[in-house]
Amino acid sequence: MIAVFLKEILDNFRDRRVIINTLIIGPLMGPLLFALLISFMARQTAERMEEPLELPVVGAELAPNLIGFLERQGVTIKPAPEDPEAAIRSEEEEVVLRITPQFVEDWQEGRSALVEIIADRSLRYSGTTISRVNQYLNSYNAQIAQLRLQLRGVDPEVTRPVASQVVDLSTPTSRGGEILSFLPYFILITVFVGSMHMAVDTTAGERERKSLEPLLINPLPRWQIMAGKLGATTAFALASLALGLIAFVYAMRFLPTAEMNIQLNLDLQVASWAFIIVAPAALLAAALLTILASFAKSFREAQSYMGLVVLVPMVPSLWLLVDPRTEGWMTLVPLLSQNVLIIDLVRDEPMNYLWLFNCLATTTLLALVLAVIAGNLYNRPKLIFNTD
Amino acid sequence: MIEARQLRKTFNKGKVVAVDGVSFTAHDGQITGLLGPNGAGKTTTLRMLYSLLNPDSGSMMIDGIDPQVEPILVKRKLGVVPDSRGLYDRLTARENIRYYGKLHGLSTAEIDGRIEQLVSVLDMASFIDRKTEGFSQGQRVKVAIVRAMIHRPGTVLLDEPSNGLDVMTTRALRGFLRQLKDEGRCVVLSTHIMQEVAALCDRIVIIAAGRVAAEGTADELLERSGEANLEDAFVKLIGTDEGLLA
Repeated sequence: MIAVFLKEILDNFRDRRVIINTLIIGPLMGPLLFALLISFMARQTAERMEEPLELPVVGAELAPNLIGFLERQGVTIKPAPEDPEAAIRSEEEEVVLRITPQFVEDWQEGRSALVEIIADRSLRYSGTTISRVNQYLNSYNAQIAQLRLQLRGVDPEVTRPVASQVVDLSTPTSRGGEILSFLPYFILITVFVGSMHMAVDTTAGERERKSLEPLLINPLPRWQIMAGKLGATTAFALASLALGLIAFVYAMRFLPTAEMNIQLNLDLQVASWAFIIVAPAALLAAALLTILASFAKSFREAQSYMGLVVLVPMVPSLWLLVDPRTEGWMTLVPLLSQNVLIIDLVRDEPMNYLWLFNCLATTTLLALVLAVIAGNLYNRPKLIFNTD
Repeated sequence: MIEARQLRKTFNKGKVVAVDGVSFTAHDGQITGLLGPNGAGKTTTLRMLYSLLNPDSGSMMIDGIDPQVEPILVKRKLGVVPDSRGLYDRLTARENIRYYGKLHGLSTAEIDGRIEQLVSVLDMASFIDRKTEGFSQGQRVKVAIVRAMIHRPGTVLLDEPSNGLDVMTTRALRGFLRQLKDEGRCVVLSTHIMQEVAALCDRIVIIAAGRVAAEGTADELLERSGEANLEDAFVKLIGTDEGLLA
């Protein structure tokens, strides 16, 4: 068993593709993508919130008072394009404000005077701009309403029976956790990417080289041969995971955390915890991929399965992205539990040891079940001899 | 010593009968040849002997051990050169052999001593420390043979050992097999080349269509067929010359 393990490690270390895939691309791709994604998002949001708003206005001359207000708020008023709808559709402009022709009449009569915000809500970033325009219009509304009521001798307070205020309890660290909710996926993916090549090479590769038959003539139980292979694959997955986490810790330093007023709780200590949490998933990934690759007749066929399996860890991450409420039972579900625990970890919440136990126990259990299935695969003659 | 009795093996739920009642005996200190055209069932018979396949019916004994009952024990007694040599391209010849030595539970010192000995016998010094990628057929067979002999097995099974070998390598291989025989080992090889059995084998088992068509020494087979030369004798005993190479 140890001989198989050592041989597979040596054999695969000789393969430049494995080294590049497992120990370089695998661990680095996640942090790099993640860091790029986060900095891009951060910059986009910051720019959109702080940049002076450039607003094309149709019929600006109809409402000089409103335009003056907007300009005092720091909005740059631009002349409107010929055809505002077309300009929006062609994405030349994000938002166009139109002061309707009846505005003057309605305004003078004291009726609600209509202004239109023309935009395409399906465009990703138009939402922020729309709400900024709305905010300006609301404060203008409030100002004018207050003035009108005061003129009639009414206390403006009566129009605000309820006053609301958000008391934000988030800390820089917890806001960082929000951003880091993608992190579990990027960490989990490293064990899948890390074990992928090795799982294929030790099984489908062995069949393709026709070295499986001579290998099985050696006097040791077949499960031991498989155990050695699985061990080697798991070792590569763990190496990939460790390198990935270290890369993450370093990548975090290059994020514009100060600008975003967040603090990312991902130092080496947190990374070590994350390693412990994800470690059983390395065996899980290795066993799952080994089982799949064992059924493939060739390298190529095996690799085509692998692409699909990489989606597996994505499912729980996407779920939590859509519905981020975490509950205790989730820590009993392998892969989902890693997501929950890592998110808690980077939010700097106290470690829930029951959850940690649940996570490690259930993941290890499932991994062992898969490993046993994998260990018995070579007892099927069909998997030994190529049928062609 | 190998005793096979009425071995039968079918595939595809009984639709393809690969081996149909094969019986033969291979003695220690002899080379036994399984001769037959391609697809006659030679490889399947060998696979049952080295316990990678279980027969549907029939029985086998290798040095008194039943491979179906004690597969691990039988594998310790056997040295096998299967049809597919299956070397690891990224490892050197020496590393390939060492791996199998380790799987047999031998110590590094034992393995290295054994390799030195076999390397000089089979004239492999020039390529023993090269990666096996790009090896010729002859070099591959030699590595596979050393790998199979690393634990000094008493019984040696070779599936088409001279496939794709040039004349010099074939001569070296035959010399080596005779040496194994002289050491008192039981050697069984399968082949579809008549010259090979004629030149090498003490006993010949002719297999055709999954059955034993004839068994005996070369002289006995000649006598039984009433032909003057081996080639005609084989053709007559098998009933066709299809798939046989002179």
